Amino acid sequence: MENFTYHRPASAADAAAAMKGAKDGKYLSGGQTLIPALKQGLASPSDIIDLGGLKNSGVTVGATVVIKAGTTHAEVAADAGLRKAIPGLSALAGGIGDPHVRHRGTIGGSIANNDPAADYPAACLGLGATIHTSKRKIAAGDFFTGMFSTALEEGEIVTAVEFPIPKKCGYAKFPNPASLYAMVGVMAAQLADGSPRVAVTGAGAGVFRATAMEAALAKDFSAAALNGVAVAAKGLNSDLHASADYRAHLITVMAKRAVEKAK
Amino acid sequence: MPAISMKVNGQAVCGDVEGRTLLVEFIRDKLGLTGTHVGCDTSQCGACVVHVNGKAVKSCTALAIAHDGAEVTTIEGLAANGKLHPMQEAFREHHGLQCGFCTPGMIMAAVDMVNRLGKKLDEDTIRHELEGNICRCTGYHNIVAAVKAGAANM
Repeated sequence: MENFTYHRPASAADAAAAMKGAKDGKYLSGGQTLIPALKQGLASPSDIIDLGGLKNSGVTVGATVVIKAGTTHAEVAADAGLRKAIPGLSALAGGIGDPHVRHRGTIGGSIANNDPAADYPAACLGLGATIHTSKRKIAAGDFFTGMFSTALEEGEIVTAVEFPIPKKCGYAKFPNPASLYAMVGVMAAQLADGSPRVAVTGAGAGVFRATAMEAALAKDFSAAALNGVAVAAKGLNSDLHASADYRAHLITVMAKRAVEKAK
Repeated sequence: MPAISMKVNGQAVCGDVEGRTLLVEFIRDKLGLTGTHVGCDTSQCGACVVHVNGKAVKSCTALAIAHDGAEVTTIEGLAANGKLHPMQEAFREHHGLQCGFCTPGMIMAAVDMVNRLGKKLDEDTIRHELEGNICRCTGYHNIVAAVKAGAANM
C-alpha cells in the first residue's frame, strides 16, 4: 500500500478544508471497502481524511427515519425503534457482510462508494430515501449515477440518510458466498401512498428500479403477481460468479422473496 | 512518523506508525503479539479478528493510526492468571481446530458473539455468525460445538 498523509478532523468544515488542501484526497468512513482497495493499489490517494472524528452517528425515528452517515451497520441493525418502524431496512443492515464488517462499515460510506453490489443503495432507491449532504439534500433517484459514481461533488460529504416510513418492505439477496456482496439483491416496498417500489442491486452497473415489476405489484402486492415478470438479461453483469441470464432469473426469484418477506 | 498510544490487553503501549500501517501490523510487528494472524489479507477470512473497544473487527482492515486511544484485546489477552478463557478451553476440549491458523480469529469472534447474543447459542445462530471467519481445513463441525460449549461456560 502506498503511504498517505492521515487527517482526523473533528468537524465537517475541517474535513472539507483538509480535502481542499489535499492533492488527491479521499474520505474514509468505516474503511471496509476503501482499505481493501488501498491494499490492492486500486486507489492510492495522497491524503486520507478520516470522518470517524466527526462522531456523526445515531438513528432517529419520527415521522421519517434519519440515520446519520457514520452509523455502523451493526448500530442500524440493533436499533429497536427502526426495527419497529422499518423492519425490512433493519434486516437489510443486519445482513451486510459479516459481524466484524458490520461493526465498522457505515451507511454514509456505503452509499458514497456506491458499489454496484452493495445493499444500502437498494434500500435508498426502494424506499425513496433522501440523502443529506454537507451542501444539500438529494433524492436517492438522483444520487446513484452509475458504477461507483454518485451525484456528490468534489469535497461534498454525506451527513445522513432520511427514509420515509413505508407501509411495508422486504429485502432478499443472493449473496456471493465468498465476499457476501449481493450477486442480486432486491428491495420491494409498498410506500406510504400505496405505490410499489422494486430496487435491484448487484445485477447491473448500479442500482436500478424494475419498473415492470412495480407495475405488476401496483395491481396486486403479492409474490404471485410477479409470476412471469422478468428483467431482461441484456446489459446485466456477467462474470465467473453468474451469467447475465442467471442474474436475470435471480431478480425475479429475489423480488418474490422480498415481497413475501415484506412487513 | 506520528506516534500513537493505545491500551492492548490492559497494558498501555505506544509506537510510531505511518498512515498506511494496518492495525494488525502494529499488533504483530511493533508489539510482537503474533497470535493475531493474517490469513487472506482481503477482509474475508477473519483470522485477524481482535476486539476494539469491546467489538470484534478485522484488524487487517483498520488503520493503526485511527486507533489512537483505543482499547484493544487480542487472543493473548483472553487467558487470565495462567488459566485459559472458557472459550479457549472449549476449543481444546472439543478439538475445535485442525491446523489452528484460523483459531485466534474464531475464538475472538466467538467471544464477541456471546457478548452480543448471550450464552445460549443454537447451532444455526453460531454458523450464521461465523460467516466472517473461514476455516481452510473446513473443520466447522467441531468449531461450532466448541463455540456452543464455550458460550455456556462463559
